[in-house]
Amino acid sequence: MFTSFMVNAWLIGSIVAVVAGIVGFFVVMRSSAFAAHAIPNGAFAGAAGANLVGINPLVGLGVFSLAAALGIATLSRRGRADAVTALALVMMLALGAAFLSQSTEYEPAIFSLLFGEILGVSTGQLWPVIALGAVCVVAVGVLYRPLLLTSIAPEIAAARGLRPERLEIIFLVVLACATTMTVPVVGALLIFTLMIGPPAAARCFSDRAPVAMGLSVLIGLLTIWGALACAYVTNWPVGFYVGSYSAAWFVIGRLFRAWRRAQGSRRARSGDLARENVLAGA
Amino acid sequence: MSGVASAPVLDVDEVSVSFGGRSILDHVSFAVHRGEFTGLIGSNGAGKTTLLRSILGLQRLEEGEIRVEGEPLSRHRHALGYVPQKVLLDPDIPLRARDFVALGLNANRYGFSRRTPAQRDRVEQILRDVDAERFADSRVGSLSGGEQQRVLIAHALVSEPTLLLLDEPLANLDPRSVQEIVALLHSVAKEHHVAVLLSAHEMNALLPVMDRIVYITNGRAASGTTEEVVRSDVLSALYGHHVDVLKLHGRVLVVAEPGQDDAEIPEHPTLTVN
Amino acid sequence: MRYLFEPGFFSSGPVHVAVTVGAVSALVSAFVGVFTVMRGQSFAGHALTDVATTGGSGAFFFNFSPLLGFLGAGVLGAGAMDLVGVERLRGRDIATGVVLGFATGLAALFLYLDATKNATTGVSQQILFGSIFTLNSSTIPLVVGMSVITLGVLALIYRPLLLSSISPDLAGARGIRVRLVGVLFMLTLAVAVGLSSIAIGSVLSTALLIGPAATALRVTKNLRAALVVAPILGVVATWLGVVLAYDSFYWFPSSQGLPVSFFIVTLIFLGYLVSGLPALRRRTSSPVATAPAREFKGVPV
Repeated sequence: MFTSFMVNAWLIGSIVAVVAGIVGFFVVMRSSAFAAHAIPNGAFAGAAGANLVGINPLVGLGVFSLAAALGIATLSRRGRADAVTALALVMMLALGAAFLSQSTEYEPAIFSLLFGEILGVSTGQLWPVIALGAVCVVAVGVLYRPLLLTSIAPEIAAARGLRPERLEIIFLVVLACATTMTVPVVGALLIFTLMIGPPAAARCFSDRAPVAMGLSVLIGLLTIWGALACAYVTNWPVGFYVGSYSAAWFVIGRLFRAWRRAQGSRRARSGDLARENVLAGA
Repeated sequence: MSGVASAPVLDVDEVSVSFGGRSILDHVSFAVHRGEFTGLIGSNGAGKTTLLRSILGLQRLEEGEIRVEGEPLSRHRHALGYVPQKVLLDPDIPLRARDFVALGLNANRYGFSRRTPAQRDRVEQILRDVDAERFADSRVGSLSGGEQQRVLIAHALVSEPTLLLLDEPLANLDPRSVQEIVALLHSVAKEHHVAVLLSAHEMNALLPVMDRIVYITNGRAASGTTEEVVRSDVLSALYGHHVDVLKLHGRVLVVAEPGQDDAEIPEHPTLTVN
Repeated sequence: MRYLFEPGFFSSGPVHVAVTVGAVSALVSAFVGVFTVMRGQSFAGHALTDVATTGGSGAFFFNFSPLLGFLGAGVLGAGAMDLVGVERLRGRDIATGVVLGFATGLAALFLYLDATKNATTGVSQQILFGSIFTLNSSTIPLVVGMSVITLGVLALIYRPLLLSSISPDLAGARGIRVRLVGVLFMLTLAVAVGLSSIAIGSVLSTALLIGPAATALRVTKNLRAALVVAPILGVVATWLGVVLAYDSFYWFPSSQGLPVSFFIVTLIFLGYLVSGLPALRRRTSSPVATAPAREFKGVPV
């Protein structure tokens, strides 16, 4: 599985995992579950459109992801999402299906855009993907602390002169970039699990934000590597393994957390007991 | 304390705010000095939150001016520490109380620098001051209401502000925590020489420690010491109808005449249907 | 008229099936959808569509009718969600998202296996985006049967459902078995999702469930009116979609026309947008899709 044509897959897969781990860390912290569904749906329509028109799919992915991101930003400024957002989500998918229906490879294209493909990104796309990845990582790195505070306590951030709405837009754009590079590999319907699963698991293992982010990247890498290896061997879709391993890590993470909490309360109880004994003895 | 009046940290000068044609704040004026503990007392809807948001620069003023350290807010944002009313902290968030407090030092900084020893010491000191050391390494979201409140106060204090603003910090606390937090804020005002302004809809818990009160109803306010403000004549003028002020066992009760709506009076909280 | 209906429309067998299945599915989905939106259970609706995807693709692989797969998976999913009390969980978006991710991955596996092992073509498009023109007329009895049962159940529990949606406490005090009503409703939701999946595909089925309902709730004054308007909107959108899709075969000489589901979803989406125009809005703002049931006004009890 380390033949020259797979090397690309490993490389791109790793970059994708790192970016998903870093961006996903904040997706989870900000509970941007909606954006994490909406932007990939837009990406799907964009890729399908690009496929139809015959241009570079990354362009289609990028443009539509960005449009979806900015759409969400404006919609959420008008208040809490209502039915229009759910319908818009579905509309994007229907649009993608319509575009694909006009191409000759309707079926395989649907499949690979929705569920991913090992070699979803061809060699020619390597540099654009690296560039997108770099943008995402650098943006999050530079804005780490403001993002952290605005995600957890936006009012306090606003009082400090940070601008939560502005950061939200920047973050959505970063998410759009991350989506653009991830959808070809993992698929529009499964990118959510890669962006959510590893970070959600990681934060069960550590109380400290930087450590949790690092673990998020690590778990993401393990997930993608496992998925690529298994997909290569069995020929089954990458997305199936990504979905399964992400879910597995999530479960492991929560079990670990539950176990730690049980330990904590047992220690507290024995601590109380010790204190009571001391008081009783005194 | 000293005979000479020092310049106020916060000067609210004839501030008026309205939305949609409705007047929310009507020529409100008061000043807060370093080391003073001021209570902003009013029932829900009286205008407390709007006033606090105006001070924070999050709300546009129709009339009047707000000065922090004698100048517009934008030049002195670092002088303000703020504890908002409801901070929903999820226990799944991987951030320890200690790290959350440290964020108060450098939330505006870009990039990933390590914490300096001086910063670390400052965080330790503040945690000691608010008595939050025992849970400093727990996740912020897993703390109890009173514990979280201490951490939020520490976060606001760590950058050495001269003015500490708190929006209904006592609202969802049990009586014992209320006492503890009030005592803590009192010591913060006196020992850290910080101006403390907090809003509440019940003044009795604050009576022992309040230096000054700003009593607000329907957008109009009266400010001064509790002796000066919490009196029938002053409050009746403020409400626009007669109210009696009863003092019993060190507590204050403000009662409207029969036929008047008690809902405007802070001590009679209106039932809110969720 | 001649421009709207291309030659052969009324005599075509597949069109008859499409029109029948489409209408029945749209009808039931709209009814259930009104309650779903009113009860603020859109989240459950979305989750069930993902479950339906797995069910449909699995059923196809194991050689069952996808309709059975959609329905079966939906019912199981609804039961599981109710048991776990998933909607009230903290962090439910993340937990369900991850679990459903696994389900979707499984769907991908089934679709892949089906394409390679059974060498069937066009499975993905059929399950995910629907292909109402290729439905067998043998599905009609099951579709109609399930619809009648579902509507029957809804009629039976109409009043208790209404009351427990607005105020579970009040309903409980009046002796209504709120829990039972909730479970029964979830089952009708599962059936609605299954039916709309067979019509326009599992990935798009939310549109038929939520769209006409949300639109109706925007333009009508009360629930009873919405329950009349929503199915009308749904059926009109479906029939018009079928007509346009059939016609589209003739528009593009080279290809196979545009999918029916695309037309239906677009019409529903446009319908919702149009209902937002000030002239049409009878009720003042009400974020219905995510509103907790208690916020719903003007409901006759």
